[in-house]
Amino acid sequence: MLRFTLRRILQVIPTVVVVALLIFVIFSVVPGTFAASLFADGKHAADPQMMARLNEEFGLSKPLAERFWTYVTDLAQFDLGTSFRTRQPVIDLIGDRMGASLQLAIAAMLFALVIGVPLGFLAALRPGSVLDTATMIGAVSGLSMPQFWLGLLLMYLFALQLNWLPSFGYGDGSLQNLILPAITLGVTPLALLARTTRAGVLDVLNADFIRTAHSKGMSKMKVVRWHVARNALVLIVTTVGLQFGSLIGQAVVIEKLFAWPGIGSLLVDSVAIRDIPVVQGTILVIVLWFLIINTAVDLIYAAIDPRIKQE
Amino acid sequence: MTAPLLDIRDLILGVALGRSVRPLLKGISFQIMPGEAYGLVGESGSGKSLTSLAVMGLLKKPLAVSGGEILFKGKNLLALPQREMRNLRGNRIAMIFQEPMTALNPLSTIGRQIAEMFVLHQGKGWDEAGKLAVEALANVRVPNPDRRARNYPHQMSGGLRQRVMIAMALACNPDLLIADEPTTALDVTVQAEVLRLIKELCSERGTAVLFISHDLGVIASTCQRVGVMYAGCLVEENETQALFADPKHEYTRGLLGALPRLGSRSLHGRQRLVDIDSIIADRSKLTETRFIAPRGTEGRQP
Amino acid sequence: MRLGFNFWLGAALTALVIFAGLLAPWIAPFDPVLDADLMNSELPPDATFWFGTDAQGRDVYSRILYGAQISLTVGIVSQVINSLIGITLGMTAGYWGGWWDDLVNGLTNVMLAIPSLIFALAVMAVLGPGLPSLLIALGLTNWSWTCRIARSSTLSLKSQGYVQAAQTLGYGDLRIMFSQILPNMMGPILVMATLGMGSAVLSEAALSFLGLGIQPPFPSWGSMLTDARQLIQLAPWVAIFPGLAIFLSVLGFNLLGDGLRDSLDPHMRTRNP
Repeated sequence: MLRFTLRRILQVIPTVVVVALLIFVIFSVVPGTFAASLFADGKHAADPQMMARLNEEFGLSKPLAERFWTYVTDLAQFDLGTSFRTRQPVIDLIGDRMGASLQLAIAAMLFALVIGVPLGFLAALRPGSVLDTATMIGAVSGLSMPQFWLGLLLMYLFALQLNWLPSFGYGDGSLQNLILPAITLGVTPLALLARTTRAGVLDVLNADFIRTAHSKGMSKMKVVRWHVARNALVLIVTTVGLQFGSLIGQAVVIEKLFAWPGIGSLLVDSVAIRDIPVVQGTILVIVLWFLIINTAVDLIYAAIDPRIKQE
Repeated sequence: MTAPLLDIRDLILGVALGRSVRPLLKGISFQIMPGEAYGLVGESGSGKSLTSLAVMGLLKKPLAVSGGEILFKGKNLLALPQREMRNLRGNRIAMIFQEPMTALNPLSTIGRQIAEMFVLHQGKGWDEAGKLAVEALANVRVPNPDRRARNYPHQMSGGLRQRVMIAMALACNPDLLIADEPTTALDVTVQAEVLRLIKELCSERGTAVLFISHDLGVIASTCQRVGVMYAGCLVEENETQALFADPKHEYTRGLLGALPRLGSRSLHGRQRLVDIDSIIADRSKLTETRFIAPRGTEGRQP
Repeated sequence: MRLGFNFWLGAALTALVIFAGLLAPWIAPFDPVLDADLMNSELPPDATFWFGTDAQGRDVYSRILYGAQISLTVGIVSQVINSLIGITLGMTAGYWGGWWDDLVNGLTNVMLAIPSLIFALAVMAVLGPGLPSLLIALGLTNWSWTCRIARSSTLSLKSQGYVQAAQTLGYGDLRIMFSQILPNMMGPILVMATLGMGSAVLSEAALSFLGLGIQPPFPSWGSMLTDARQLIQLAPWVAIFPGLAIFLSVLGFNLLGDGLRDSLDPHMRTRNP
């Protein structure tokens, strides 16, 4: 198990390196300099002297190879560069907002798990029932809904009409502010979890070893507790891992909608003003986060399924 | 005369297709005495396995019994409440399935899966049940039972897994063991061992066996009596010896003809194996009086 | 092949979106951009303005009809690009194997490690807002799953008798790939593309909502929602109808894709005989 763990953790490193290179390439192929784009809003006239100074300051006038070298050596020292706008280290900007993002993502995933898994389970145990049909209609609707639109509607109903919850912002970090964004963000993973749990449980229920379990004289409850739950868990864990990726992506939109001070809204704001070091850094941190979660999922998976460790 | 252990009377079973019910077993009757080994043979789809699942009460929708009785020690299993049926299942009537590769839960140790039997039917705690499971493994002659009990199914060979299934089925000393093609999925060399194990253990303990197979050789070596099934009917039933010596039904003759025999050279040279037309007869065209469709066993007419 | 109720419901919704997009110039009562009239701003739905008017006094119904054009374009073009990339990489990787296979596999894994909306956002950041950038961004985003499917089906098809027969007959690699392998994996690829249209429409809406996609005043469903947060208390219809349009069209694509998959999946068929 230890060797498996180490190997799995080491596998992350090349992916991170390639992603870092990819990000550098993407942001280097653009024609023109970034300093020019700082003036692209049209409010300030593009002053050539100013642009030259900015290019000098951020090292953009140097040749590509040199810039690449700086990027790589800085990265190796966990230096993500300096923001064009605020001139603060990117890593600090991200660090300040990481907590809020984690809070939101975890809350959303918990919400999805707590509701989605039991729903999928119950639906699979009674296929064709009203609950099953309702769950499946709900799931496909949840997957088809633009999350930010659902967020808007929830905001309209619970914050503006009923006045139960604050409509946006982080407030003093209390639960009240978290509820609406977390529910909004959790809807898609909830729908997908309900669906995969149902499919997974149905698959397990059709397996030969379930017939064996019944032939031993077990009650349906015991069959589910002793033989179905653990086997279905494998699929659920995998889904959670995969869903975290799109959840982090969607979080960008939801954080913006609810003015939530996480790295998602930082990313959107930085894209809008083309603050490239911040964009690069944020994306890298998001990818790293996603990879860490996936590695954790693989390790949990191996702990549940004895067949994995063997290989 | 002793009372039969299992007495199946005119069992009718069908699959619901929309509003109509299509019969798959059309009134099966046979009896198994305590301690007796009874064989059911027939081609795939003839209803052998359906019969065994009906006895176990494991039929799944849309399959359902629509008539007849299954008496076990005089009690009709079909009328038994769920809870009582569960107490019989595994405990008094146990079953071994065809696929040892998939019949065990891959995520659970085999010790635990055997131990479940003792927890379910003998009210044991997990610790004691675990020890009993090791004993059960030793009884089916699994080497290193202590270590094997901690293994997962994927760490074992097919033959070993089938032994685990046997250990599990016999854990509570059932009165009846149903073995549904227990050796079909195994290597030929392992087949004989597993068969011998079932035979020996059951005769030691006085367990009756309902043996289901499409392989007449297997049946001949294990069973005292044989029933031949075809298209949902029991077409012939006899002592094993007698059936082989003097098959009455056209289909049985066909089955026997398809069996290769050592030293079966006649005066006219080597006897040819007879081939039952491999297409299963279209059941919708079968009538009460004519169970078996004409097949080209005698060579095709021009 | 039996197609269920879900498939036909999906087909009906998709047809509705296609008709709305194609016929918009004839059936829309107002121009989506030019018919702005501040005297008529934020009117609730009535006989003239079926879905009400927005802050600039434009007819929401007309804008939604024209918005269908953008959603359809984004969905179709991005999925064509996705499928082309995925099929080309996956099929050649599966067929040729070796270092090329390793390379494609590595690339696929890296793409899967980047959340797709984040990747699209990065591309938009580089290319700037607008429809062409959107098409490129979304076209480059989701090909990894298609690639995986193409690769694994190529691997299994490669060992089939007719493919080996074609090899024995001396057919060239490309000819075998396009005439023997490609047609046999179109089913799952089509399912992926149909489901992908749904997620592309959602991504377009999200990016436009963030102000990084289609720019106002052009009527994309996502950009119509950009200032809905400010308007929602006074004019909820400005937020409700564009979102409903996104929801129904994505639902259509998803049901269509699910229905296709269920009818193609032999696993499902054997399970419910």
